[in-house]
Amino acid sequence: MSDVSLEAALSGRTWRRRIRAFDAVVLTLLMMALWQVISSWTKGVAVSPPLPTLFYLFGLLRTWMFWDHAAATLTAFLLAYALSALIGLALGLIFGLRRFAGEVAEPVLAGFYTIPKVTLYPVVLLVFGLGMSAKVAFGVMHGLVPMTLFTLGAVRNLPPVLIRTGRVLRLSPGRMMRWVLVPACLPDIVNGLRISFSLSLLGVLIGEMFSSQRGLGFLLINGMAQHNVPLSTAIVTVIVAVAIAANTLMLRIGRPPARRSNRE
Amino acid sequence: MTRRRAALFVRIAVVAGLVISLEICCRTGIIDPLTIIPPSEMIVSMVDHIGSGEFNESIVNTFSTIILAFVMAVGFGTLAGALVHGSSRLRDVADPLLASYYSVPTFIFYPPLVALLGLGKTPLVVLGVLSAAPAVMISTLSGLDGVPPVLMKLARIHRLSPARTLWWIVLPAALPRLFTGFKLALSYALIGVIAGEFILSGTGLGYAISFAYQSFDNRAMYGLMLFVLLVAIIANGILYVWEGRLARRRSVG
Repeated sequence: MSDVSLEAALSGRTWRRRIRAFDAVVLTLLMMALWQVISSWTKGVAVSPPLPTLFYLFGLLRTWMFWDHAAATLTAFLLAYALSALIGLALGLIFGLRRFAGEVAEPVLAGFYTIPKVTLYPVVLLVFGLGMSAKVAFGVMHGLVPMTLFTLGAVRNLPPVLIRTGRVLRLSPGRMMRWVLVPACLPDIVNGLRISFSLSLLGVLIGEMFSSQRGLGFLLINGMAQHNVPLSTAIVTVIVAVAIAANTLMLRIGRPPARRSNRE
Repeated sequence: MTRRRAALFVRIAVVAGLVISLEICCRTGIIDPLTIIPPSEMIVSMVDHIGSGEFNESIVNTFSTIILAFVMAVGFGTLAGALVHGSSRLRDVADPLLASYYSVPTFIFYPPLVALLGLGKTPLVVLGVLSAAPAVMISTLSGLDGVPPVLMKLARIHRLSPARTLWWIVLPAALPRLFTGFKLALSYALIGVIAGEFILSGTGLGYAISFAYQSFDNRAMYGLMLFVLLVAIIANGILYVWEGRLARRRSVG
C-alpha cells in the first residue's frame, strides 16, 4: 500500500519536473523568437538576429582582437572582485563584531549603495587617471558595499552562544574567524559574493563604456558607434551568458549549506 | 533609543570629520585642486549653477524621466508579480529568471535601446523600467507569499468580495514588503536613468555632468554632482524614514 503511494508521489515529482523542463524550453524558444522579431522589425539596425549573431560570435572567438579586449575586462574585473570580496569580508566581520561601529557604519553604507555612483566616475578618473586602475576602483566602489552589508548582517544574526564558545576556548582572533565566524556565516557570505560579483562586473563595464580604449564595454560602445550591429549584439550575448552562468553557479554553491542549517 | 541617538551623533561626526579633512587637504594643496575642489566650493558652485537656471531644463527632463520610469516600473512590476503569484506553473518559470536577472548588467542593453528607439527620452525610460520593475515584481511575490493563510480564511468567513479582500486583507498584510520593493525601484530607476544619460545622451543632468567632465569644467561638474547625490540621498532618506514608521506602526498595532 505504502509502496503504491510512494510510486505515485515519485511519478508525480518526475511529472512536475518534466513540465518544468518543458516550460523552460518553451520560454527559451519564446525569447529567441522575441529576439528574432525585434531584429527583423528594425531590419537589423539595432540588434542582429540570433542565428547570425551566434555564427558571428564563433568567428569572433577565434580572433586575437576579441581575446585582447576580453583579457582587459577580465583582469580589471578579477582585481576589483578580489579586492571587494576581501575588504568587504574584513569590514563586515569587524562591523558585525563591534556592534556600535556597525550601527554607525550601516546606514552610511546603505546610503552609498543606493546613490547613482555613475556620477562619481569622473572623480575616479581624475584621481586614478585613464586606464586600468580607474576601472578597478570603480568596480570596487560597486562591489564592496554589498559584500560588507551581507557579512555584517550574517555576523550580527549569529547565535551569541557560538561566539561565547569561541571565547571560552580562548581562540585567537584569526582562529575565531577561521573556525567559528566564517563557517557559521557561509551561506550569507556566498550570497554577498554573488551580489558583489555582478555589481563589480557592472562597475567595470560602465567604466569601460564611458571612457576607455580597451575592454568589452569599449568594444560594445565602439560597435554601436561604427554601426557594427553583429559585433555589439555578440558582445551583449557573451556578457549576459557569462553573468548568468556565474550567478547560477554561485546560487548552486550557496544552497546546500543553507539547507543543512535549516534542517538543524 | 539613547544608543541609537549616540550612533547617529557619531555617524554625523565621522562624516563631518571626513568632509572637513577633505576641505583641509584641498586648501593646503595635498590634493591637487585640478583633481578635487574643496567641498565648500562644491556647495557654492552647486548654488550658483542651480540658481542661475541654465540647468532648469535638464533638471526637469531628468526627474520627469525618473518619475515616469518609477511609476511604470511599479505598475508593471506589481501586475506581473500578482499574475505570476496566481499560477504555480508561471512561478516555476519566473523564479530562476528573477533569481539571475540582477546578475546581468542592465546597462549593456542601453546602446541597442538607443539604436532601437532613438536618442530621446524613450530609451532612458525603458532602461529605468528594465532595472526597476523586476525588484517590484520580486517584492510583490514575497509580499503575497507572506500573507498569512489565516487572514485569507478570515476573508472567506466574512464572505468578502475579491476586491474587498484585496483592499482590506491582502494589501495591508503585504504592504511592508511591497514598500521595500518601491524603495528599491526608486533608487534603481534613478541609477538607471542617470547612468544612461551619462553614457550616451543629449540631455539631462547625467549628460551635463559628463559634458562638464569632458570640457574640463571641474567647478560645474562637482556642483552638479553634489546636486544629484543630494537629491538621491534625500529621496532615499524620506522613503527610509517612512518605511521605518510603517514597520513600527505594524509592530505596535
